[in-house]
Amino acid sequence: MKNRFLSHRRARQLAPLLAIGAAAMLSGCDMVVLDPAGDVARQQSHLILWSTALMLLIIIPVMALTALFAWKYRAANKDAEYAPDWDHSTGLELVIWAAPLMIVISLGALTWVSTHLLDPYRPLGRLAPGKPLAANDRPLEVQVVSLDWKWLFIYPGQGIATVNELVLPTDRQVRFRMTSSSVMNTFWVPSMAGMIYTMPGMETKLHAVLNKPGRYEGRSANYSGAGFSGMTFWTYAVDDTGFSRWVSQTRAAQARLNDATYLKLEQPSENVQPMRFGGVNADLFRRITQMCVKPGIPCMSDVMSHDMAEPGSHAPVNDRPPVDAPKGALRKDTNEKGSAPHLTAPRGQADGSSERGAQNNRNMTRLQPVRLPGATVTAQG
Amino acid sequence: MSDTLLKTIFGRLTLESFPIHEPIILGTFIAVMLGGIALVGAITYFKLWKWLWTEWFTSVDHKKVGIMYMVLGTVMLLRGFSDAIMMRAQQAMAFGANEGYLNAHHYDQVFTAHGVIMIFFVAMPFVTGIMNYVVPLQIGARDVSFPFLNNFSFWMTAAGAVIVMASLFVGEFARTGWLAMAPLSGLDYSPDVGVDYYVWALQIAGVGTLLSGVNLIATIVKMRAPGMTMFKMPIFTWSALVTNVLIVAAFPVLTAVLAMLSLDRYVGTHFFTNTGGGNPMMYVNMIWIWGHPEVYILILPLFGVFSEVTSTFSGKRLFGYTSMVYALLVICILAYLVWLHHFFTMGSGASVNSFFGITTMIISIPTGAKIFNWLFTMYKGRIRFELPMMWTVAFMLTFVVGGMTGVLLAVPPADFQLHNSLFLVAHFHNVIIGGVLFGAFAAINYWFPKAFGFKLDPWWGKVSFWSWVVGFWVAFMPLYVLGLMGVTRRLRHFDDPSLQIWFIIAAVGAAMIAVGIAAFLIQIYVSFRDRERLRDWTGDPWDGRSLEWATSSPPPAYNFAFTPVIHDLDAYYDMKSRNAERPLTGFRDIHMPKNTGTGVVLAGLSVAFGLSMIWYMWWLSALSFAGILAVSIFHTFNYDRDFHIHADEVERTEEERTRILANAAAGA
Repeated sequence: MKNRFLSHRRARQLAPLLAIGAAAMLSGCDMVVLDPAGDVARQQSHLILWSTALMLLIIIPVMALTALFAWKYRAANKDAEYAPDWDHSTGLELVIWAAPLMIVISLGALTWVSTHLLDPYRPLGRLAPGKPLAANDRPLEVQVVSLDWKWLFIYPGQGIATVNELVLPTDRQVRFRMTSSSVMNTFWVPSMAGMIYTMPGMETKLHAVLNKPGRYEGRSANYSGAGFSGMTFWTYAVDDTGFSRWVSQTRAAQARLNDATYLKLEQPSENVQPMRFGGVNADLFRRITQMCVKPGIPCMSDVMSHDMAEPGSHAPVNDRPPVDAPKGALRKDTNEKGSAPHLTAPRGQADGSSERGAQNNRNMTRLQPVRLPGATVTAQG
Repeated sequence: MSDTLLKTIFGRLTLESFPIHEPIILGTFIAVMLGGIALVGAITYFKLWKWLWTEWFTSVDHKKVGIMYMVLGTVMLLRGFSDAIMMRAQQAMAFGANEGYLNAHHYDQVFTAHGVIMIFFVAMPFVTGIMNYVVPLQIGARDVSFPFLNNFSFWMTAAGAVIVMASLFVGEFARTGWLAMAPLSGLDYSPDVGVDYYVWALQIAGVGTLLSGVNLIATIVKMRAPGMTMFKMPIFTWSALVTNVLIVAAFPVLTAVLAMLSLDRYVGTHFFTNTGGGNPMMYVNMIWIWGHPEVYILILPLFGVFSEVTSTFSGKRLFGYTSMVYALLVICILAYLVWLHHFFTMGSGASVNSFFGITTMIISIPTGAKIFNWLFTMYKGRIRFELPMMWTVAFMLTFVVGGMTGVLLAVPPADFQLHNSLFLVAHFHNVIIGGVLFGAFAAINYWFPKAFGFKLDPWWGKVSFWSWVVGFWVAFMPLYVLGLMGVTRRLRHFDDPSLQIWFIIAAVGAAMIAVGIAAFLIQIYVSFRDRERLRDWTGDPWDGRSLEWATSSPPPAYNFAFTPVIHDLDAYYDMKSRNAERPLTGFRDIHMPKNTGTGVVLAGLSVAFGLSMIWYMWWLSALSFAGILAVSIFHTFNYDRDFHIHADEVERTEEERTRILANAAAGA
């Protein structure tokens, strides 16, 4: 009796906990990848579901058979047939090679078609199911630069730029041209479309659209250093009038994004609040891609300008002269070797610089003593 | 002393490189040091040095080298798992205002070290150790083709592990992720010692892996017992052969790509830098040209283990042996045609992405065929659910899910949404834990009685089994969900509180796995304590089918007094069913390789070379490199490298076994 009472009481104590847990899980289970707001991501989610369904055709029977055979042919079951020397059956072999082959043929066909259809470099075929693009559609161009550790968005058509805030009109095709200032990141707004790498000295492209107004999470999905966790931004989808209003508001902003502001912005920083620039240097994105914003550093395209004049050639990337490259270790003088402190050594204020090869390069960690689990501290930055 | 002199001697090593500022880490450091000194003291006190040195460290016996690999893997599993627990704890608490307990500088080292250690110093030693122990016994050989090389390979792997462990207390480890992707890992953006630790640990361990691959290929091709044609080879040996072909073809690529990265870092070349014509994408391509075959290097030997275990414990011939072998060969070739699926998102054209996506899916056909073959081996069998078989069934149920999510990731547009997400993390843990680790535990429980003469305790084995299996599902299913919620890997802190519950569940799962690891260690201890109760006198505790069960447990140094002649795929099953008699007379001297300490010395010098390169102590680099060359050349003049076990000693050993077998038969 006593036991039962105890267990009752414990159950009553546990019930609310369980209820809270279940509620938290259900309400929290916002599977944005499967329920996105943009047509591209929606097609990708359908593809995930269809592929899974196709594969379950073979996975479920395999799991069921495993359980069935393991149970039926257990040693204790002497009624089951025992054929110790049975080890071949051409018919069965045919089936076990052919069944996965069939699935892979269908999945392969699906892959070929969908990969071409959803190629991020390819302009969209439609804005939404049953909503084709106008014949003279001109996509909105947004230039994306991943900096240490924040996102710069330049709207060349509107002559404005933002940091960690992406505002897009709904039902309008957007062409993202993307690059990075230092290391690789990926540009990912799961609600809109899959991710694509941003890479220094190179340009990648992504075409996408958002159909539902709202606020969506965006982030870098490729680890890029100390401030990576905070490299997030909000993406707002607004209607056309809202977008025009936002553009004119942003144009009114005092700040201008010129070379000097860019070089300051490029310095490592963490958990950056959104910024708006009312004007932007038109040539900036090209020079970021060619890694020559810093004064005195020649762009590859300038060096090779005669090549640029050739029809059909594009801006050479990735091979601008290494004028600011650090010296290899073996070529350093004894006093240039620097030091390599243990991670617990005090390093003072964060002094991250973007100078390549410098000891404090991208060193943004606010080093604090390692804390024991459970200690609560306020957010930094 | 002047600063220049200090820098010349110690390079960039200063007092700041040691954790003198932080009581907790300093305490750990001192505790580890004291523990180490206590261990050394204990070994000295019990006068075990000579025994360790002559019986183990310098041993060229493939069985002892195999066991040393397993010990190394187990020790490093503890380190790699501590990293995992630290990450799970950080991610379970770091929400909103709570920054957790690890800063980015520390956390980023932890996830890098976790990946590097688990792949290179846990999974690799486990599979190499199992192959080392089992292959020569299965093919009726006395040892591997190059016994000294085998010892040397082990010590080079251990040297790599020593270098990684050193980074814990001196300086720091890489903060780049386990593949140290350029340009982040270049001198431009990671000027400190972390990436150098990474490069030199892997380069030195890589020498060991490559040479061990060469060794096992030569062994399997040249040293099979008479009558054992390729298609009478046990399936585990087949999987070992294919694995080592993959090793020999893939590891030089890793060596080359790391060599180029170190040229960038040490000489200032521009292979993978952003400027000067460098191409970081080339690093990504090359590391995955090694990296994808690497995952098959890890899983194929365990596929072999599962085949052996299923057949033995079902008391049946392996279903579809020939198709199993061809499946292995197809996987071996296709393993080289899929690397690009690791970076569909890097902007390749649709046709390139489709090609690599579809080749990836094609790999699932031979893999699926293998699963079916295990299934039909169980069909009409008499399945004994001993521990190895339990691990195998758990593998089959777990691995198919990981395989399915893997094929899903191979669909490029789907991968655009799942790449680098926790869905991906869940997928590869699903196949690596569900395949490699479950397989390693199946193998350990299966062959332990062969290696030590007593079975492992089943009760603690079952505790370990259930904790691991349930713990795995609890720890990683939430990560699939989180991936679909748009959460990426390697995050240290989160803003969205609705994610927290899933991370807490995952942490609970990790805690269950911790119980599984503890139970495994207790299982070994309890089995050693109760070894008389668990003793197996027959050498064939599971009613085995392949040759290793024909000899005693543990096998004598020479494995088989007479090289057996093979008539059937299941050689020992065939012998048993024909009532073959053990030969009792006519023993001859057996020619054996002699132990040598050269492997230990070379590995020690390699550690010195690696550490001095990491810390820019050029004088020590030059000295240790010259030392490596000198010792290698000197060793080639060592003509005292073999000996004979005399016929009368062989006869004594075999008579002892005859007596034991008679006793066991009388007792039974």
